[in-house]
Amino acid sequence: MIEHFLVGFALLLGLFGGYLIASSRWRGKRSERPRPVHQILLPFTGTEISRRAVDAALRLARAEDATLMPAYLAAVPKQLPLDCAIPKEAAQAMSMLEAIEQRATGQGVPVDARVERGRSYRHALSRLLEHEAFDRVVVSATSTGDDAGFSGDDLVWLLNKAPAEVLILRPGPEDHRVLTA
Amino acid sequence: MDRGHYKIFLGMAAGVGKTYRMLQEGQAEAVSGRDVAIGYLEPHKREETSAQARGLEVVRRRPVIYRDVEVEEMDLPALLARAPELALIDELAHTNAPGLEHEKRYEDIADVLAAGIDVFSTVNVQHLESLNDQVAELTGVRVRETVPDSVLGTADEVVLIDLTPEALVTRLRAGKIYPGENIDAALNNFFRIENLAALREVSLRQVAEEVEAKRLTLEAGEQLGTREERVAAEAPKAVGERLLALVRPQPSAQRLVRRAWRSAQRLGTDLDLLWVKPPGGPIEGEVERQVTALRQLASVLGATLLIEEHDDVVAAVARVVRERGSTYIMVGESLPRRGLGRLREPLPQRLMKATPPGVDVRIVAHRGLKEGDA
Repeated sequence: MIEHFLVGFALLLGLFGGYLIASSRWRGKRSERPRPVHQILLPFTGTEISRRAVDAALRLARAEDATLMPAYLAAVPKQLPLDCAIPKEAAQAMSMLEAIEQRATGQGVPVDARVERGRSYRHALSRLLEHEAFDRVVVSATSTGDDAGFSGDDLVWLLNKAPAEVLILRPGPEDHRVLTA
Repeated sequence: MDRGHYKIFLGMAAGVGKTYRMLQEGQAEAVSGRDVAIGYLEPHKREETSAQARGLEVVRRRPVIYRDVEVEEMDLPALLARAPELALIDELAHTNAPGLEHEKRYEDIADVLAAGIDVFSTVNVQHLESLNDQVAELTGVRVRETVPDSVLGTADEVVLIDLTPEALVTRLRAGKIYPGENIDAALNNFFRIENLAALREVSLRQVAEEVEAKRLTLEAGEQLGTREERVAAEAPKAVGERLLALVRPQPSAQRLVRRAWRSAQRLGTDLDLLWVKPPGGPIEGEVERQVTALRQLASVLGATLLIEEHDDVVAAVARVVRERGSTYIMVGESLPRRGLGRLREPLPQRLMKATPPGVDVRIVAHRGLKEGDA
């Protein structure tokens, strides 16, 4: 009687072990599947970003089931190494990214944020484009022409270089509404 | 023209007495002979507040039609034309109706200050942008009207109006904050003792940081650089403190890093990020991309990213804590445990046991909408 019980118990244990091994392999295979690139880049500089641009990027991300990648572009002065820590800029970037993530979370959009350094905003953007892939780039034209944002030349450069659709928002009456750090 | 003197009365919640104190000080200034006028007052039908305003001149409000409803806003041009020595302007986080000079009242206040008029104003701590998220997590309620933290930084004085949570609840029950029909709802939602205690802590910490920043700025005299740079450079390092944040190569780790960095900044300490990588298998694909992003973020923040290959997370962390002298560990909230995982002790408890005494463990919650978010 005890022998039968022991055999039965051993069989059950074997089955359970088999199940654990099979399920872990299945999980491993599932994680190895290639993930389609489905990202929307929202580059910005300075201490504010047009709320219209953020909302447009979020609408797109939600419609396309994509991840929003807000990217803070920091210009590092030439006298400093390009890879140096930038606490002052980082403080701005963290607050801005927090604000954008907060808005995205409210709309159920996943966020994968970045901070990219360069000698200029264009250089930072170019470095970002080198190692990240996007489906769309959303830029607000309201930030063109001033020192804090992208110049018209930068936008032309972006249209030529970005391996993705570039959405440039034309200036609008609501452009005074911004997210700030 | 010299900029006006700016004093902000900061509170943890509605009803602590910010407006009352602002009016009280305004009355005292008026008695001492200064020309004081109320630019905007929101008494919220509180008798004590209205009584405190008696005798002070009130600049007329400006009626504005918004969505077919007439609302009353502060009349900035009228206040500037009146040009008192001191203006009392309630609720600086208020969002103006469209079509006025500025979107937010704190921007109106900047104009008033620029005109050389001293300003007393009020705000609650949950309106500060960087704390909005933290307060929402603590209380489950998110406020929509936020102001940049820099607004607080522009004030010459920040006065914390402190009240114990119990005293505030007593005031609420006595009908001194909201009318009778709203009291029960308030007690069951925002005005819970645990919420108020958390908000009080956040407010005290915020003002303590402001005081520290101002002290260091004064000591720094005419040195170059921003206030943040001077504070960062001169803040005395907390004795022996060092932060260690446990991360995984995934987007949600960035939020944990941001929170950890903010804490490290407050403590004036260094930050280490640690990923305990399971043994075997190269770092490639999506994992590689996320590790690169973490490395980049660490470099920007001046933090150190450590990658330890180990099959036992707790043992690896304990070793790093001893090697780096960490005193504070921050971990993300664990995913719901399934199967046999439920039988294991949670990670924070295991970390507490495995690390030297005196090492604190803090759990950073996942970002998600809570009750009251909309």
